[in-house]
Amino acid sequence: MRDFIAMGGYGFYIWTSYALTFFVLAINIIISRVKRRQILNELSNFHQTQAPVKDE
Amino acid sequence: MILVNWLNKIASPQRFYLFCGKWTPWLSLLFFILLSLGLYGGLVTAPADYQQGDAFRIIYVHVPAAWMSLFIYIVMATNAVVAIIWRIKVAEVSIICCAHIGAYFTFLALVTGSLWGKPMWGTWWTWDARLTSELVLLFLYLGIIALYNAYEDKRSASRAIAILTLVGVINIPIIHYSVVWWNTLHQGATVSKFDKPSIDTRMLIPLLEMGVAFSVYFFISLFQRARNEILQREFNSQWVKELVKEKSNA
Repeated sequence: MRDFIAMGGYGFYIWTSYALTFFVLAINIIISRVKRRQILNELSNFHQTQAPVKDE
Repeated sequence: MILVNWLNKIASPQRFYLFCGKWTPWLSLLFFILLSLGLYGGLVTAPADYQQGDAFRIIYVHVPAAWMSLFIYIVMATNAVVAIIWRIKVAEVSIICCAHIGAYFTFLALVTGSLWGKPMWGTWWTWDARLTSELVLLFLYLGIIALYNAYEDKRSASRAIAILTLVGVINIPIIHYSVVWWNTLHQGATVSKFDKPSIDTRMLIPLLEMGVAFSVYFFISLFQRARNEILQREFNSQWVKELVKEKSNA
């Protein structure tokens, strides 16, 4: 296990690359999801002010 | 003919929106399966390189990211052609979504390359043809995003970036052949050449798995971003109103 983490002395470079890659890939998805929620909220408010929803 | 009919259908923003939503869970599942296989193969079963030792394992994130930076540009340019000739909304939307995802992958290719360069070449950065042309690609992506944001009207913005995208296509063969045309510090192609790939199969298979995993990730992200963009552009249409109402009641 320790050998696996050390990666023959290159652990720092390897694990930094992998961590950064997955961090960036995750952030990209999270940003879109947060934005989707914002858009749905904004549109919901906008549509309600435009034409009041009749059914309660 | 079936393909043309399908393309005609999918070109409607509403249908494309639904299509993206339907496929995202399946693509996510496929992504995680391929990613697990690729990571296990790359980090555990692949033998250490005879020259670079374990440091070569950076290849499993660096090379797929670099492939994606080029692949996404080609997808983006194809959409740009469709957007310019037929003015199809879905293609217009896709261009800007591709630009964002492409910028992320290009950034990753550059930074992981730097993290590989330091222990192997002894430097984080050098003005080598491959590295420089890849940096130009990052600036192209960022320039496309900046130009898009400079327009108030999203349809004119899309048309402007479609043209810029096509101008930038010239950089793609330059990046690919840079290691052939110039004497670079960056190594030559290992996989994409006419000869047999000069890499052990146990090293190659995880690389291909990671490559496919990243491509699947690209489509997941593209679908997600396209859905957001379509909602914003079609905010006044009946189907969006109904969809928003349904979502806010839930």
